[in-house]
Amino acid sequence: MDFYLTTLIQGLCLSAIALGIYISMKIFNIPDITTDGSYTLGAVVTAVLLTHHQPVYIILPAVIAGGAIAGAITGFIHTKLKINALLAGILVMTALYSVNLGLMGRSNIPLINVSSLFTLINVSANQNYNMFWILLGFIAVITFLVGYMLKTDFGIAMRATGNSESMIRALGVNTDRMKIIGLAIANALTALGGYLFSQVQGFTDISMGIGIVIIGLGSVIIAEAIINWRQITSVWLSLALVIAGAIIFQLVVAVTLDIGVDPIYLKAVTAVFVLLIVSLPRISLKSSG
Amino acid sequence: MIDIKNVHKTFHTGKPNQVNAVNGVTLHIESGDFVTIVGSNGSGKTTLLDMVAGSIAPSSGSIDIDGRDVTKLRDYKRSPWIARVFQNPMNGTASDLSILDNFRLAAIRTQPKGLTIGINETFKNQVRERISTLGMGLENKIEQPMGTLSGGQRQALTLLMSVMDSCKILLLDEPTAALDPKSAQIVMKTADELIRHYRLTAILITHNLKDAFNYGSRLILMGEGQVLKDLDTNQKSALKQNDLFDWFG
Repeated sequence: MDFYLTTLIQGLCLSAIALGIYISMKIFNIPDITTDGSYTLGAVVTAVLLTHHQPVYIILPAVIAGGAIAGAITGFIHTKLKINALLAGILVMTALYSVNLGLMGRSNIPLINVSSLFTLINVSANQNYNMFWILLGFIAVITFLVGYMLKTDFGIAMRATGNSESMIRALGVNTDRMKIIGLAIANALTALGGYLFSQVQGFTDISMGIGIVIIGLGSVIIAEAIINWRQITSVWLSLALVIAGAIIFQLVVAVTLDIGVDPIYLKAVTAVFVLLIVSLPRISLKSSG
Repeated sequence: MIDIKNVHKTFHTGKPNQVNAVNGVTLHIESGDFVTIVGSNGSGKTTLLDMVAGSIAPSSGSIDIDGRDVTKLRDYKRSPWIARVFQNPMNGTASDLSILDNFRLAAIRTQPKGLTIGINETFKNQVRERISTLGMGLENKIEQPMGTLSGGQRQALTLLMSVMDSCKILLLDEPTAALDPKSAQIVMKTADELIRHYRLTAILITHNLKDAFNYGSRLILMGEGQVLKDLDTNQKSALKQNDLFDWFG
């Protein structure tokens, strides 16, 4: 039971990243590799501020601002300097590695015996259940905010930017600015993922972000498969599916480890799993058409 | 309304593949004019229209709209005056968004897109009412993604969308080029009705000489990036359809 609860907790942490990737990839059609760096940045800012005994109301805005700035820089490089989005993301991610290391001063900060988000509120005597409920509430609030934003006029303009740029420019929207804001929001969400995960696992490590973008992509792709299959247009249902995707993804990883696969091969298994989800619908379409 | 003064546009300047797309065009378009521009491929009509819309900046010359110099204004900043219908129905609408979402954006073309939810029952009814004037039965499908509609339906909706918010100038770049004859006719009729009803200043680019003959209060022939013929309402009504075909003879 605890095994699956841990998986669920990890899935909830990563669903923040999945929401970020949903915005950058699904809404803006931008493959955003900044994710690896902004996720770690979120965790680093959390660790540094927590060990300096800063309160939550300072840490949370700091994490969000950090991620947003990282995303905005990628957006700026992509739109204003006309650099390919993939390369822009890689550049910022690479630079963030140094920034993160510089902020931490070493490659690992343990968060044992510091008060965290999970010691702040007590809803259950069991530590794991306590974590679960807090995370569930946290993710519910984020999802509500993202969902609400997507339903506003601004959100519709955002969705149209990734869909028909010529149209939305003709309707008076500065698409460059919109992309910069979008990537800022996406990376702020990703940083929140790092904020949550570092407190769940009790440490921040400089290499914790490596390959995290794949997990986000995998979660969104799982959600997308269901969205396309059931032809879902509801914003709320789509967001719920993205979160479900993140949890399913963690389940697959957990089961892989549970059946005795060497953790060394975990990233390879992850990559193959994402490849499978991406390619299966295409293969079945080909054979039927 | 629109004052185009000695506008030039050169692509790939100084390179072997240099193109002088627009070569010194001066045009004064009055408020309420419905200008139809014809000309063979490469005559510079689309480039000229793109410069009026602001998606291309002129190499030299200036463009005034409503007495204001807009030469350096980007396309998204000209939206308070200008609505556009593109040749490709995909460009004028967002496929993945619902018809309703598309209309919502069009309804706030001249306004900032803020963090409030603008779609409510009143708005839905307003959209249904507008769409029902097309007689295509689309008023019951406003929650459907735009991408599920045909090109003709999308072009007709794009036209309606252009008058959802205050609009002075309507730019139509071969709006019927991708459509079958019947849909093309519906779209052109809708455009003509809207232009009359809202007293819009309109510029239509077309390769369909019949449309050029039937629609518009002023007819312009372009070639080699210049205005070759410019017929006002009286001259145009004196024109016979065969004369028009002879221009391309």
